[in-house]
Formats: sequence, structure tokens, C-alpha cells
Amino acid sequence: MAGKILLEVVTPEKQLLSQQVDEVIAPGSEGEFGVLPGHCHFLSTLKIGELRYRVGDQTSHMAILWGYAEVTPTKVTVMAEIAEKAEDIDVERAAAKVEEAERRLQAGGLPSEVKEAQISLEKARLRKKIAERARKTGHA
Amino acid sequence: MPSLQSLRRKISAFKNTQKITKAMKMVAAAKLKRSQDRILAARPYAHKMRSVLSNLSQRVNRTAHPLLQKREVKKVEILVVTSDRGLCGGFNGNIVRKSAEFVRQCEAQGMTVGLSIVGRKGRDYFRRRTWLIRQEWTGVFDKLSFEHAIDIGGDLTDNFIKGTFDELYVVYNEFKSAIQQRVIVEKLFPVDAAVEFGAAQAAPVSAGAYLYEPGEAELLNALVPKHFQVQAYRILLESAAAEHGARMAAMDGATRNAGQLIKKTTLYYNKTRQAAITKELMDIVGGAEALK
Repeated sequence: MAGKILLEVVTPEKQLLSQQVDEVIAPGSEGEFGVLPGHCHFLSTLKIGELRYRVGDQTSHMAILWGYAEVTPTKVTVMAEIAEKAEDIDVERAAAKVEEAERRLQAGGLPSEVKEAQISLEKARLRKKIAERARKTGHA
Repeated sequence: MPSLQSLRRKISAFKNTQKITKAMKMVAAAKLKRSQDRILAARPYAHKMRSVLSNLSQRVNRTAHPLLQKREVKKVEILVVTSDRGLCGGFNGNIVRKSAEFVRQCEAQGMTVGLSIVGRKGRDYFRRRTWLIRQEWTGVFDKLSFEHAIDIGGDLTDNFIKGTFDELYVVYNEFKSAIQQRVIVEKLFPVDAAVEFGAAQAAPVSAGAYLYEPGEAELLNALVPKHFQVQAYRILLESAAAEHGARMAAMDGATRNAGQLIKKTTLYYNKTRQAAITKELMDIVGGAEALK
């Protein structure tokens, strides 16, 4: 099916993106899902992961930390708690965060602390991964 | 004729007032800028959330989640959003007038009405009239954060589920521009298909053609309470921005009025002074003439 889908990414802080794209791949809580124009209606929660979208042969990346996605045949709306474009992520800072989270995880402590450390590790790793990839492909 | 001294005193009093209103206007302008940025940033998310949810509410079974249930409307709750501080023109007056009117309308239809109030001004107004206030939040605008929205949204959702009320309306000032506010009456519970909301809605889809991941129930459990927090947050931000806008406009007017008063009184003062001098001269001339 020809045509494009409108991808909109909003967070409580701002509207991050509103763009016509050819394909979207989003991190659903039950696994990644891809959306092409004409997708059936679909509503999903999102976990921590990577959102990819393609315009022509240009693919862009974005870090998503929880949220919801609503898919209609012509539009994808992503409501994320936190979302960051790959080119906006600071690689050094992300790497430092990974180390810090790993250290905290090793130090152990209360179960709630461990859980928190795990989550922040996951977040930091994701940021780092996306930022590094964007740098390789020459986005940054 | 007032004495010259009392006129001088008056002029200096007006000048002092003008200094104060001018300073308040500056402060309001600075705060307006900040709160305007916040509301403009928060709006897209809240509106998306609302359109998703109102789409959803058309499709899912209303009994699927307690917050979506439609009951026979006997008890109505009104959330009145006012400011904590005064000196902002008709800001609070418009809100309470609209609310009182709305309450009367509901009561005329035989419904009982409960009041939830945000802001010191609204609370004082309804307390003076000895209306029953179910719940109140004051002082939230000093340091407005999402925590307040969670607090307010949580209380209201709990009470809706408990059956304290069957419908919830909110009356607040919408921030239209720095000099314009609009009083809005909006229905929050239960969620309806986009009522009086501008966004174009996709044609309703039949219930079968929709996929949920994870299951419908889990999704609703996560999404619906979140929706109300987000809406509560948006409403608080709207009201905060509108308040600063209203105050800025009111103080601008007050500064201008003070300027006018100063001008008028100064003119009168000078006239009186001249009259006194002329009179004195006449006396002297008259006295000199008599000695001849």
C-alpha cells in the first residue's frame, strides 16, 4: 500500500516529532512491532527500548522509556514518559551512567534499590547503544 | 477646597501605589513567560492522551474499567480551579460566578452537587457562602508540579469509584493568550467521545478491528488513571498561566489608572496653588492701595 504514516511523538515536556514516515518500529511491552501504512488499529504499552522510523532509505533512532502507542492506518501516536532523539543523547554521559548503574547494582542493598539500579542500568545502556549507533551512521 | 498639603500627600500616595502595581506587573510578566512555556509544552501530550482515550471509550465495553462506567446521574461533583492570590482582575470572579450558576442548574435538575476546590480564593468564596466543600487544595500554585496532579487526580478517581459522585465537571480558566482567558466547563468523568474538542476524530471503528497489547484490561488499568493525572496537570497549568496573564493585564490597567490620577491631582494641585498665590497678591495690592 502506497502512502505514508504520520508519526507523532509526544512527552509530557514537549512534542518531539511530527513527521510523515514510511515505516515505524516500536518497542512494545510484548515485543517489538513494526508498522507500515495501512496497519490495523492497535494500542499497546511500550517498554524501555528503541523506536526506529524510516523515511525513504534514511532510518532514524530514538530512545523511548515507557509509554503508549496508538496505531491507526494513517497515523502512529507515541506518548512516551521520556523520549530522546539519538542525536540529542550525550554518549559520554550515557557511558558514565552505565558505569555508575553497574557499580550500584554490584553494591547491592535493599531489593528496591537493586531494582532501581537495574532499571537505571537498562535506561543508560539503551541510551548509549542508540547514541553510538547514530554516531556510526553519521547522524550525530 | 482641600489644603495644599493634603493634595501633596494624595499625589505621593498615588505614586507609591503606582510603583507597587508596576512591580507586580513586572513580576507577573516574568511568571507568565515561565508558565506559558510549560502549558504550551504540556498541551500536545494531554490532548493526544484525551483523543486516544475518547477513541478508546467508544470501543471498549464501559464495564471494563470502573472509571469508564456510566451511571445514572444523581450526584455531580464540580472541581473549581481558582487562584491562591487575588489582584488579578476578574479571574476568580468569573470562575466562581460560572460555578455557582452551574451548581444551580444541576440542583434545578434535582441532582446533589459536591464541590472540590483548588485555590484559596475559591475556597474563601464558597466558605463565606457556607456551601459545603467536599475537598480543597490550597497553595498548589506556588510550586506546581506533577505531584499535585497525582494527588488531585487520585482523590477524584477514588471518589468516583467509591460512588461519591456519578459525574465530574471541572471549571477552570483556559489560557488563550497573555491577555485572554476563557472560562471552561469540562466534563472529566466519565470519559465521553471527544466532547467540544476541536481535534478531528477518526471515524469510529467496529470493536472487532482493534488490537490491544497487552490485554484490554491491563491496558485500561494503566492508561485510564494516568489520563486523569495528565488532564489534572494540564488544567492546573492552564489555570496558572491564565492567572499570571490576568494579573499582568489587571496590574497594567491599575498602573495606567494611577498615572491618570496623578496627572489629574497634580493639575488640581497646581491650580489651587496658583489660586492661593493670586489671592495673596490681591490682598497685598489691596492693602497697598488702602495706604495711599
